[in-house]
Amino acid sequence: MKFTGTKNYVSTEDLSMAVNATIALERPLIIKGEPGTGKTLLAIEVAESLGMELIEWHVKSTTKASQGLYEYDAVTRLRDSQLGDERVKDIKNYIKKGKLWDAFESDKQVVLLIDEIDKADIEFPNDLLQELDRMEFYCYETGETIKAKKRPLIIITSNNEKELPDAFLRRCFFHYIQFPDRPTMEGIVKVHYPKIKKALVKDALDLFFDVRKIPGMKKKPSTSELIDWLKLLMSDELPDEILKNADTSKAIPPLYGALLKNEQDVQLLERLAFMSRREQTK
Amino acid sequence: MLINLFHTVRSSGVPCTLRELLDLLGALEKNLAFADMEDFYFLSRTILVKDEKNYDKFDRAFEIYFKGIETLEDIFEALIPEDWLRKAFEKELDPEELKKIQSLGGLEKLLEEFKKRLEEQKERHEGGNKWVGTNGTSPFGNNGQNPEGVRVGGEGGQKKAVKVWEQRQFQNLDDSVEIGTRNIKVALRRLRKFARQSTDYELDMDGTIKSTARNAGILDINMIPERTNHVKVLIFFDVGGSMDPYIKLCEELFSALKTEFKHLKYFYFHNCVYESVWEDNRRRTQERFLVQDIINKYSADYKVIFVGDATMAPYEITNAGGSIEHWNEEPGGATIKRLCSHFDRVAWLNPVPDDHWDYTSSLCIIRELMDNRMFPLTLKGLEEGMSELSK
Repeated sequence: MKFTGTKNYVSTEDLSMAVNATIALERPLIIKGEPGTGKTLLAIEVAESLGMELIEWHVKSTTKASQGLYEYDAVTRLRDSQLGDERVKDIKNYIKKGKLWDAFESDKQVVLLIDEIDKADIEFPNDLLQELDRMEFYCYETGETIKAKKRPLIIITSNNEKELPDAFLRRCFFHYIQFPDRPTMEGIVKVHYPKIKKALVKDALDLFFDVRKIPGMKKKPSTSELIDWLKLLMSDELPDEILKNADTSKAIPPLYGALLKNEQDVQLLERLAFMSRREQTK
Repeated sequence: MLINLFHTVRSSGVPCTLRELLDLLGALEKNLAFADMEDFYFLSRTILVKDEKNYDKFDRAFEIYFKGIETLEDIFEALIPEDWLRKAFEKELDPEELKKIQSLGGLEKLLEEFKKRLEEQKERHEGGNKWVGTNGTSPFGNNGQNPEGVRVGGEGGQKKAVKVWEQRQFQNLDDSVEIGTRNIKVALRRLRKFARQSTDYELDMDGTIKSTARNAGILDINMIPERTNHVKVLIFFDVGGSMDPYIKLCEELFSALKTEFKHLKYFYFHNCVYESVWEDNRRRTQERFLVQDIINKYSADYKVIFVGDATMAPYEITNAGGSIEHWNEEPGGATIKRLCSHFDRVAWLNPVPDDHWDYTSSLCIIRELMDNRMFPLTLKGLEEGMSELSK
């Protein structure tokens, strides 16, 4: 069982190795990287290529670790007791299983994605130490221990908003998705738009890397933005010359809205273009 | 079993533990990277390194390790200043051993020799009596029998080696002093005071049972607001001058405070708090806030934290007109006293190490003004300070 990327996802060699180590040793894998470099997508593609089911747990600032295990719905039980419902006698009817429970219970090995773990409270990772280490937890209400039938493949993504505790990191593998270099990027574009004209890709990539190189950018455009931008360029069928002549120092790129997500960045680019035009007219 | 690689990586500053090494060995056992240097590099990086900021250190260690042992000398030199080692050496030697060292021509010679042999030696070595390795009688290496030997890495079997190079006790000391944002945040958690004031509701179990019972068994559900952190904090930061060496520490403290507390107000002062403070360092002259206004505006249940080194001329605290920047009608000490008497809980965090405190008279004066509620800006001090504030 080896992961080497899929037809929809270009995986670099180091990323594949990280995933394969995770598969072999059944440890959780922490994925970090710039926004838009395909962290979440990785879990989806790994699940698909290995033919496993994917269970997604999206973490928010209000998410508690216990919600991933289970929640006890006391209100419904109280109401049912009033109505004389038969179900009330069994407390199991009121335990809502969380994502981890689902993953542990599954007969087949699954991929569990814990998305954006850094969004949660600072103690959140610590509350999951035992659960991720031993892949089991105890349910107080029913008095049973839930143990993973097959250790799930856990992929955790983080945007580095909060530092993760050491004890947590020790139990995981780590990989930082680097921003793809040009050949990788070409590969990624090819995967997404196989029919795109070669010249267009070349010009667009030139422009894209130029824009990324501008210092002082608040949010540099990333892979997902490039893909969106190309989609726009293709649907718009711009004449080839526009891209070719679009030197970032002279004019802002066409359809820049897909690339730049920040007003200040657009202004920065406009200012630079204005300054270089003035230089030329002198 | 890769223990040398592990030590090289660790000594280059990447924090990894035995657990990771065992993981790596486990991965190798499963044939994840077989006879391919690059695969092995990716694999070991995934397992040993847990933060991208350490990738570079790891790369350098990896390069050094596989380039061959001859370059080790450079890192020894780069990482351990020689005079530290010599001092540590001399401390650890008893007179008898010192005498024995002379048998090899003195400490200097011993170190020299060590470097020379490292240079000559290209491969791992065990036994024998000359090369650096394990279980031999050479003066260098591990588990050996030579009393004047230098132990290189690992546990000593004979308790005789003069020095464990790679244990790097100096670095360990550094680690314990270091306080990162996360540590600060964890310490600040002590100050959390949960109050039920939010808009999110949760089931009040006790209340529901009680009111249901009162209702003759007809269910009556009670909800209460969820508990959220409700502590209110007011901070005064000393900026400029003598605080410059502590900028990084203060920045870390500040960023931790900002994410931890929703009700946080901060002001700046220079050296000592006088009748007014400011909120924005760029407009410190135009936009000032009177301390009296702050006292009137913020209720006594605000927790007040001063952050400063309290190091200045004593008259800057005790005398009217003592400020070095302007004419103050009232001594700074009086302002501090007023703040302390208005607010129930105050603490002063001082980045100066606490064993230096007694040598600065202004520091002693401030400490007295604060009724001894001054704490060093280390993890331990921070925790003490927070428990003082949350009493």
